Amino acid sequence: MTEATIYGLAGLAVFGLGLMGVLGAADRLRRLVALNLCAGGAAMVLVASSWRPPPAAPDPVPHALVITGIVVMVSATAVALALIRRLYSLETDTDA
Amino acid sequence: MPEFAPDPMTLAILLPLFGAIAAFLAPRAAPLIGLGAVGAMAAAIAAVGHAVAQAGTVTVPLGGWGAPLGIELRADGLALAMLGLTALIALAVGLGALSAFAGEAPADGQPMPRQRAFFWPLCLLLLTGMNGVYLSADLFNLYVMLEVISLAAVGLAVLGGTVAALRAGLAYMYASLLGALMVLLGVGFVYLQTGRLDFAGLAGAQGSPALSAAFALMLVGLALKAALFPLHFWLPEAHANATAPASALLSALVVKAGLYILLRLAEAGPFPGEAILTLLGVLGTGAVLWGGVQALRAERLKLLVAWSTVAQIGLIFVALARAGTEGLSDSWRAAALLILAHAVAKAGMFLAAGRIKDVIGHDRISELDRSAVRPALAQLAFALAAISLIGLPPSLGFIGKWSLMEGAMGAGNWHWIAVTMAGTLLSVAYFSRALTGFLRFDRVRAPLDEHRGWALADAPPVVLAGLAVGLGLAAGPILAVLDLGRPFGVTP
Repeated sequence: MTEATIYGLAGLAVFGLGLMGVLGAADRLRRLVALNLCAGGAAMVLVASSWRPPPAAPDPVPHALVITGIVVMVSATAVALALIRRLYSLETDTDA
Repeated sequence: MPEFAPDPMTLAILLPLFGAIAAFLAPRAAPLIGLGAVGAMAAAIAAVGHAVAQAGTVTVPLGGWGAPLGIELRADGLALAMLGLTALIALAVGLGALSAFAGEAPADGQPMPRQRAFFWPLCLLLLTGMNGVYLSADLFNLYVMLEVISLAAVGLAVLGGTVAALRAGLAYMYASLLGALMVLLGVGFVYLQTGRLDFAGLAGAQGSPALSAAFALMLVGLALKAALFPLHFWLPEAHANATAPASALLSALVVKAGLYILLRLAEAGPFPGEAILTLLGVLGTGAVLWGGVQALRAERLKLLVAWSTVAQIGLIFVALARAGTEGLSDSWRAAALLILAHAVAKAGMFLAAGRIKDVIGHDRISELDRSAVRPALAQLAFALAAISLIGLPPSLGFIGKWSLMEGAMGAGNWHWIAVTMAGTLLSVAYFSRALTGFLRFDRVRAPLDEHRGWALADAPPVVLAGLAVGLGLAAGPILAVLDLGRPFGVTP
């Protein structure tokens, strides 16, 4: 088993953990963190799988995919956080 | 060879993007900028149409960098039909939005001027993403455009600002993000297997179990985005609680992005076999039945319309599966027709439902017939749209269903015909619930209100619903457009 395989499997495990959180958690913030975990896992799998034994350089295309994925996830997280805050303030208003 | 004339395909993506930025910066002029941008986009799409009609398939390597390294835009008949559909719906919904966001603050949620200011940037951003999806020729570009769509769509879903809309919007966002991550992982695996991301490269790829797994991952992600049963859980609340123009865009266009990409994958890739295709059909059957039953139980008009979207999406998946992998090169045509038919009719229906709610003041189905005012034109539009969604001749929905059943009969797949029939009966039943409410005014105790005159706001839903019925007569030309450039490589 090469290092890359270990990283790849670990990435899949992280993705799985995130998936469990997204589907299972009740708290909004927790689900959002779980989604970010999924994204981290997916990125790890892609980065690990583009690794080549030392003399060869790693394949840059999956890295480009991962960077775009990170950008997308950051902006999506920002939108989701704004929604959660707004919802929280509306709900505390109506309960009070 | 350098060309200085701007390319219409690039413009179809960039015009709404620049419009979105301009509308965001100048909120007071947003409606004007928005309609202008949509109009300019429609002109660019007409130019794309001219080029496609001449050459069949048009390709543009952006910045001179072609596939496999650079990004290519590609248009054929299928892309052209979807572009035209999007422009048509955007124009109609935009005109409808002018009056929907007029007036003062609603009882709860965001004040109207804010909604009006934010509707246009979001709508134009959505159009950027939709056009990008139609014109993309590689998987990764599709992923990015899907994300543009989903961010804009979530914004539209929560535009009303009510607690219910925000809750539904957040659930929608989680589902959409999860779907996108699955697509991203699938795209990554496809690249690792084949070393290519462009469709042309995928076409030559050897099928393998690993590649099938990667495609399956993408399929699950796309099914989540297209709200295929049982992954539809986010759709009814999100679509029903949005404001009417936003609902129309979400239901008519956004869910179609996932379906369109599925069609493209079926065209390009080594498609993952008979079993997966049958599974899609079975899940579609589940959607047709479950969506129909839930629409029968819905208490509010907009919720009924949203559940009918779930059922109709299911029908489109059944259309894709109707003749198995053998007949896939024909099945896509039935699916594409149903996509077009559903988009036009559902946009009209949601706008009509919004008008009815605005005029009557609520949209509880059981009390629709007790209203003293009758929004007659909106009700007419609703009924016309229902005719197309049920699939009565000569509507576009009828042509789509007919071609579905024809293919299923040809392949001897009688079970898909039974599903289509069951779905049709269910849709007659649930739309009748609303239509009887429109017709029966004998329970009104109070004298009927005076006729309030026609409003411009009634025009977009009536035009869209009329087109949903009337376009069935133009089915020949529509099929001819779909076949330009032979998206699925088969002559009819």
